[in-house]
Amino acid sequence: MSSFFKLDNLVMQFGGLTAVNGFSLELRPGELVGLIGPNGAGKTTVFNMITGVYPPTSGTIHWLGQDLTGMPLHRITARGIARTFQNIRLFTDMSVLENVMVSFHQKIRAGFWSAMLGLPAYVREDQRIHREAMDYLQELGLAHVAEEKAGSLPYGRQRRLEIARALATQPKVLLLDEPAAGMNPQETMELANLVRELRDRHELTIFLIEHDMKFVMGLVERIKVLDYGTTIAEGTPAEIQGNPEVIKAYLGAPKHA
Amino acid sequence: MTATILLQQLINGISLGSLYGLVAIGYTMVYGILRLINFAHGDLLMVASYAAIYGVALFSLPWFVSFPLAIAFTGCMGIVLDRGAYKPLRDAPRISLLISAIGASFLLENMALVVIGGIPKGFPRPAMFAKVIDVLGLRIQVLTIYIPILTLIFLAGLLYIIYRTRVGKAMRAASVDFETTRLMGINVDRIIAITFLIGSSLAAAGGIMWALKYPQVNPFMGVIPGLKAFIAAVLGGIGNIVGAVIGGFLLGLGEIMIVALIPELSQYRDAFSFVILILVLLFRPTGIMGEPITDKT
Amino acid sequence: MAKSQRHLLLNLAGILLVFLVLLLFERHGSLYQVRILNNMAIFITLAVSYNLVNGICGLLHLGPNAFITIGAYTSALLTMTANEKMMNFIIEPLIWPLSVVHAPFVLSLLAGGLLASLFAFLISFPVLRVRGDYLAIVTLGFGEVVRVLCNAFQSVTNGPLGLKGLSPYTNLWWTWGVAIFTIAVTTKLVNSSYGRAMKAIREDETAARAMGIDPFKHLLLAFLVSAFFSGVAGGLLAHLITTISPTLFTFFFTFNLLIIIVVGGLGSTTGAVLGAALFAWGGEALRVVESPIDLGFLRIPGIPGMRMVIFSIILMGVIIFARRGMMGRSEFSWDALWARLHRPAR
Repeated sequence: MSSFFKLDNLVMQFGGLTAVNGFSLELRPGELVGLIGPNGAGKTTVFNMITGVYPPTSGTIHWLGQDLTGMPLHRITARGIARTFQNIRLFTDMSVLENVMVSFHQKIRAGFWSAMLGLPAYVREDQRIHREAMDYLQELGLAHVAEEKAGSLPYGRQRRLEIARALATQPKVLLLDEPAAGMNPQETMELANLVRELRDRHELTIFLIEHDMKFVMGLVERIKVLDYGTTIAEGTPAEIQGNPEVIKAYLGAPKHA
Repeated sequence: MTATILLQQLINGISLGSLYGLVAIGYTMVYGILRLINFAHGDLLMVASYAAIYGVALFSLPWFVSFPLAIAFTGCMGIVLDRGAYKPLRDAPRISLLISAIGASFLLENMALVVIGGIPKGFPRPAMFAKVIDVLGLRIQVLTIYIPILTLIFLAGLLYIIYRTRVGKAMRAASVDFETTRLMGINVDRIIAITFLIGSSLAAAGGIMWALKYPQVNPFMGVIPGLKAFIAAVLGGIGNIVGAVIGGFLLGLGEIMIVALIPELSQYRDAFSFVILILVLLFRPTGIMGEPITDKT
Repeated sequence: MAKSQRHLLLNLAGILLVFLVLLLFERHGSLYQVRILNNMAIFITLAVSYNLVNGICGLLHLGPNAFITIGAYTSALLTMTANEKMMNFIIEPLIWPLSVVHAPFVLSLLAGGLLASLFAFLISFPVLRVRGDYLAIVTLGFGEVVRVLCNAFQSVTNGPLGLKGLSPYTNLWWTWGVAIFTIAVTTKLVNSSYGRAMKAIREDETAARAMGIDPFKHLLLAFLVSAFFSGVAGGLLAHLITTISPTLFTFFFTFNLLIIIVVGGLGSTTGAVLGAALFAWGGEALRVVESPIDLGFLRIPGIPGMRMVIFSIILMGVIIFARRGMMGRSEFSWDALWARLHRPAR
């Protein structure tokens, strides 16, 4: 098929309110693309449509030649698109390690009965899952807190755990929803490096929402700007920085302040 | 079946349905503001009925004093219920709140059993309600006609409060978002208390009318009407007050008419409403008048 | 010795100890003590399987009484002889082939469990489409519908008269055997990858789905397993009390189970076991408050309902002031016991 990942004219209406009005985007393999815009511009809604949290009112989502439009969330994940959440949604009462192990469950080969009878096939698989989950934690610098409750982690580590958990579903496309929110400049810088590394190491295509302009500008290759549900600009970071529309959306409109 | 009997059953259905509707309003109001099924709501019917009995029997009050007092007492009980069982759990997981509600319901029922005993008590029925009149060749108890009329009067009063007064405005605001309502300087706890007061008073009125209609009062009398009223609220679209009354009418009518048309089904009468509930949840979870169910965060 | 082998050995030793205690009571215990022990094991089975849905998956399911009813009736109708059935069904005869089939106790229990699971499967489509308060009401509704059907289908259930004179097959070995089996299976499930998925759904359903987990599939799984053991326990109960009728399995029964798992700690199998044991013992002890007390010079009449008042207050007290119950979500483990035993020494 011609397109890798293609969003075509996505529209989302809630009652009378149009949250997103005609969002289109094509991602190329290995790209790092950012989505920015003022509060309430509809950025998270775009993510929610892609991942099937709610189906778009109109428009289509194509992925490796398949139509994903309206497919439920868990099946979309199974097809290789994973995400994190803006308002961290960990399994707070489970351990850090278990949080990551959950992500392997969708691909488990041993069936229910084999798990219940403790057959060697299941035991081996569970050990493998344990090992690989630890590898992801290692990669994100969380191995030493593997046995702690996810809810007891400090904020920055919770954000990393969200990424570890999404990575463990072994996606081809990773959607990050404000990964740097609430981090200090030092942490933000580390995160930017991490995102780049992860992309290279896991051959990911990353599409991220971010509020922190500096973070996005230094990280991504291409940016889309959303305001009031409409795409107002698109281009390289340098192009966006000089775009008067964008500046107006961020600074010029007092209602966003 | 003759037209007369059909008409008779129609009137019975409307009468029963308006009782369901009256009780359903309380469910819908509390659900609208707390997103909680107040399991103990049905038991307030029982509380009101006993209160009315004691007013008449123990304090020898005339009914027109005892009944309003019983309604006021039950309204206050509603506030106590909220303060005791629900307010401590405002920030707790939903499942805790619901379990507390179930506990409160059992507590009320069994307290009544302990204090009053399980033997049904007769309800004092003022002669003016028991009178039977002839209308178009039908013999109808006047109570059967009073019930829907009173229900509509209560509904009109309630709608006035909700759409024309400041308190009503605050209630509507609170049902959308607690935090914002609080930021606007409104005391949310007070608004919740008022919601319980109104909802419980209406349940009390329903309970007293129920007891006038079926004058046997026992500690568990509120369970079945409570469940059915809840179903009426879902049928009408939970959170919607007019919907609750319409749902009540439909459920009451449906129940009576099914039994009237197919007498073999009479032993399944109590299962009928649950079948309705399941059908509504399957095919139109928002009910007849409801807006989409949203999670209040 | 590897850790897992050591734990297996300790578990086996624990089970052996339980059976020694049972043997002691069977030989020397009073009827009253044996009855409490039987009730205890049945409540453990019920509470552990109920907790799987309510505590592990986080759904407020209020209809386990439906599963118990189905298990009890199925099992009873299978163990009764044709003659016993004829004597019971005096108003309307039992329909063929139920009137002639007959099965040994163990098969009747299995059938009871399987039928309860089948029922769970059938209702799962409406039930698992909704969540929270709605799920509570729908399951409560199904519990009621089953009771109404039991009353109405005289030619299958003998209606309100119920079934009398069942053979008292249930004994300590059956009840405790089933209880231990239920605990073992549930623990295995909860600790497996499937159990992790269930807990993830409880913690945050949207996030679990974003990790590729299909909620319906896993909640259904829990529902079926839970229904199976509830059905088996229903069969045990029927052959313990030897008389069943629709009034036995009302919402009250569910309420008791809810108290058990809330007091034990929602989400903890250990808690469900402790709660059930406490309930079976405490429930009997509390009968005192409902029976007349004769002090020789003074007679205090029994107060019906007092027990339920106390139970309701306990339930609300725990949920408001000590939401995590006895165990929270933690489980018993040999390692934890070991650590605790050795801490004072250091």
